[in-house]
Amino acid sequence: MAWRDSKASGGRLLLFTASIILGIAAVVSIQSFSENLEENIALQSKTLMGADFVIDSNQPPNEKVKAIIDSLGGADGRSVGFPSMAVFPKNGDAKLVGVRGIEGEYPFYGELETKPTDAAQNYQKSGSALVDATLMLQYGLSVGDSIKLGNSMFPIQGTLISAPGTSGIGASIAPPVIIPYEAVEGTGLIQMGSRVGYDFYFVAEPEQDLQELEDIVDPQLDVENADLDTHMSTAAQLGRSYDNFGKFLNLMAFIALLLGCVGVASSVHIHIREKLRSVAVLKCIGATRKQTFLIYLLQVAGMGLVGGVLGIFGGLILQQSFPLLLQGFLPFEVEISLVPQALFSGLILGIMLAVLFALMPLLNTWFVSPLQVLRVDNTKNPKSRKLQLWVVLAIIVFVFAFSFWLLGNVKYALYFVLGIIVVFALLGGVATLFMRAIKRFFPTSWGFTSRQSLLNLYRPNNQTSVLILAIGVGTFLISTLYFTKDILLSQVSLDTSENTPNLVLMDVQSEEKLEAATSIEASGLKVLNNIPIITMRMHQIKDRPVRELILDTTALQNRWVLFHEFRVTYRDTLIASEQTVEGTWPLERKDNGLIPISLSENVAADAKVKLGDTLVFNVQGVLMETQVAHLRSLDWARMQINFNILFPSGILEEAPQFHVLTTNAPDANKSASLQRELVRKFPSVSIIDLRQLFTVIEGILSKIAWVINFMAFFSILTGVIVLIGSVRNSKYQRIKENVLLRTLGAKSKQILRITALEYFYLGLLGGGIGIVLSLLGSLLLAQFVFETSFSPSIIPFVVVLPSIILLVLLIGMLNSKSVLQSPPLEVLRKEAG
Amino acid sequence: MSKILNVAHLGKTYTSGSKQLTVLDDVSFSIDSGETFAIIGPSGSGKTTLLGLCAGLDHPDAGTVELSGVNMGSLNEDERARLRNEKVGFIFQNFQLLPTLTALENVVVPLELQGAKNPTKIGKELLGKVGLTDRMHHYPSQLSGGEQQRVALARAFSNNPAILFADEPTGNLDQDTGDRIVQLLFELNQEAGTTLVIVSHDLELAQKCNYQLRLRGGKVISNEILIEN
Repeated sequence: MAWRDSKASGGRLLLFTASIILGIAAVVSIQSFSENLEENIALQSKTLMGADFVIDSNQPPNEKVKAIIDSLGGADGRSVGFPSMAVFPKNGDAKLVGVRGIEGEYPFYGELETKPTDAAQNYQKSGSALVDATLMLQYGLSVGDSIKLGNSMFPIQGTLISAPGTSGIGASIAPPVIIPYEAVEGTGLIQMGSRVGYDFYFVAEPEQDLQELEDIVDPQLDVENADLDTHMSTAAQLGRSYDNFGKFLNLMAFIALLLGCVGVASSVHIHIREKLRSVAVLKCIGATRKQTFLIYLLQVAGMGLVGGVLGIFGGLILQQSFPLLLQGFLPFEVEISLVPQALFSGLILGIMLAVLFALMPLLNTWFVSPLQVLRVDNTKNPKSRKLQLWVVLAIIVFVFAFSFWLLGNVKYALYFVLGIIVVFALLGGVATLFMRAIKRFFPTSWGFTSRQSLLNLYRPNNQTSVLILAIGVGTFLISTLYFTKDILLSQVSLDTSENTPNLVLMDVQSEEKLEAATSIEASGLKVLNNIPIITMRMHQIKDRPVRELILDTTALQNRWVLFHEFRVTYRDTLIASEQTVEGTWPLERKDNGLIPISLSENVAADAKVKLGDTLVFNVQGVLMETQVAHLRSLDWARMQINFNILFPSGILEEAPQFHVLTTNAPDANKSASLQRELVRKFPSVSIIDLRQLFTVIEGILSKIAWVINFMAFFSILTGVIVLIGSVRNSKYQRIKENVLLRTLGAKSKQILRITALEYFYLGLLGGGIGIVLSLLGSLLLAQFVFETSFSPSIIPFVVVLPSIILLVLLIGMLNSKSVLQSPPLEVLRKEAG
Repeated sequence: MSKILNVAHLGKTYTSGSKQLTVLDDVSFSIDSGETFAIIGPSGSGKTTLLGLCAGLDHPDAGTVELSGVNMGSLNEDERARLRNEKVGFIFQNFQLLPTLTALENVVVPLELQGAKNPTKIGKELLGKVGLTDRMHHYPSQLSGGEQQRVALARAFSNNPAILFADEPTGNLDQDTGDRIVQLLFELNQEAGTTLVIVSHDLELAQKCNYQLRLRGGKVISNEILIEN
């Protein structure tokens, strides 16, 4: 019976199936790909590191670290890495690169992928360089050209396509250049202030327990400012960062699925409403409640199953596109394989969600009285209301259970479910309010066609609320993503005024300071900042030595402050990005012999110190006792040189120091020529071009936004299907209305206008509410998550909203073609029939 | 008296699967202005199709329909719509009210489509004539069948039509309500001097008209004068 009945309503049930296919496809594809990613990271963990474990430090190893390395049988390979300017004599250009000097057979797993392939084997012997492929392309370099690093010139042996340990994002800011380890010294680039990383690579014995090794050795290295990472821990860390992104995408896919389910509920609602009389007839002729209920429940479950299966196929196809989509984020190739668990969950999701969301309208069949054969009664049975509440609860529990399964965290799953409820309720609520407001304050002065199209939103069996919800959620997702990208970019936006630095010279030695400044001024630019920098580490926080805190796992301090090498300056003035939070400025020395210092709020919070607490710093071997006398808030929203720790003048002037000089180059050409000039004169100076950096960051955010938009697109597509479904569901009613109007003398233009305006209102309402809610959401996000001001971009209003309206209009009109073209007499005959 | 409707050799065929179904075959008749005209016949005899073709709701396969001196075949869909809007009123068996509009709003739709000024005043007057002044702000779903048909009556007269087509106007109503509607229909018709064309099974209703056209199998089997003016 279920099958026979479904044949008659095939079209509608097919659309109901279609509205969940996309959601399931999205969920299955992301789950499968995340699983593939995890497997690949685990499989390739050694290849990703190039060794079994590594000891790394950002200072040359001291005796204790050397002893530990020796006790482990000595390193099998080592490397030293640092950022530096590279000059390309072929065209005179200069660019910040990540230099890596490698010794030994490293990598021991995987390979340095180069072109030509033998370049990886030969560069050490020939004392030449391997240069990042993108960099080669960008600067028009080819194998055989030269690259100058500091004092040394290296022939380019090959193009570096991939290397273990070079991440996608880091490589976009400072592309990797590999040279032999022995050649590093000759460059003269490692000087005071240089940000150098020393890595010692090890190949473990087959039976060696790496976890145990890490547990024992890592704490010993921690106190010496070094670290031991195994290939497993590194892979786990990498996996975690991708896993979070994967979970986020998964939730977005789930939202698309839920949206589809709202469409299911709406389609089934209309399907059942039209079947109520048949149900009553069946009951009249002796069918039990259970039998009639089962007819439609089986139909829905069947459609859920079909949706699930088709969704799985769609997901499998989609899964293949993810490696392409995530190109640039992944430091390795991902092999795609079938993930049975994801397929199974897709199927279960399809059936469960279809049945759960359809249950609410389905319950009506349970309470239909056989009397309805004689008289249609639309009053709701109170028992049905109670049961519907239980169904709503069951849906919420299921959504929570699935989110928990995805996120593995009760709190986050709860937040997600609450978020979904709030957004859906807000959209639904605002849509209902709007509809009521329109009815209450109906624009009676409008022309007939405008009024009639507005009234169509209230036609019998209308799905206005569902459509506004579908359009609204899609618009909400896309606009929120857009606004969030805006907020993130505004945090790193560049001030274009000529007094704002956009070129930063790092690691300028004291003896080079004057000459570098002269060079800048000689090229017609101003030196905007000349900041002395002294490196130091925390030695003691209040009365507890940092070494002790490192070993104390119950210490409350955030661990980064214990290991960090702070770059500190001294001055008596505050700059524009700083504001006093507590204490007095300028810093005044007291009689207690302690040096008054100023801390940024976040360092004070992480080090668990407040005004008046003491801190002892190790300034390159000299211990300095200080007291927190001033706390500042820092505005990180601009790319400025901010300091977490400030000393007063008159203390650190004689300490070994280097300088940071800044200037503003009015355009890219001027910036490039100055960089060339400076690198020629001061090979060890690194120059950060903030304009370039900003472009890189913008590029990365755009890539991320693209992937997220891709997922949001599923919600939009699902919305489109729900829209088509709704147009189809109300098709007969529309035909009747249009034919009647035409019979009464309406011209085609008037009917077309009524139909077009109806979709325009739907698009405007759904899209408008979506954007307004997204604006509010982004405002909250800016205020509470990013802690920044929010000035919304105009793009969602002038591009997203009109596009959504146009899309709704287009789909609506295309699907109404047959409605607009139906001959009146045919419909009137049917009616009379 | 001038002819308001002139039907000559009208033919209509529908295709159902591979079969050709002739619904109307060589139907000819004419109606003078102000007459009342009944089209009767058994189910499937082509009554509604004939009414639809007369009102320009479809194209005939053969023959011509002249409404108010205008050959409908020479007009496009919009021109026919305009002609209907200016000259024609309709009453349907299923009332055919727009569910989203109130009684008053339904009545004024033809006037609104014309862009007429102050349509509400006319609408209220007409609803008063059909005895629905107190129900004018109710929606169709809030009205009984008889009340809905009275709204439809008011709407049919709202554009002051030259000819009014009524398709089984009492088909969905009980005897008493049906009688009241018929009475109202003839009263309003007399008052406005409109030509009335009624399609009906109801022989009693057909007897009230001046003329009667009998159809069977799509052919005219009789065309008789019942009451001389």
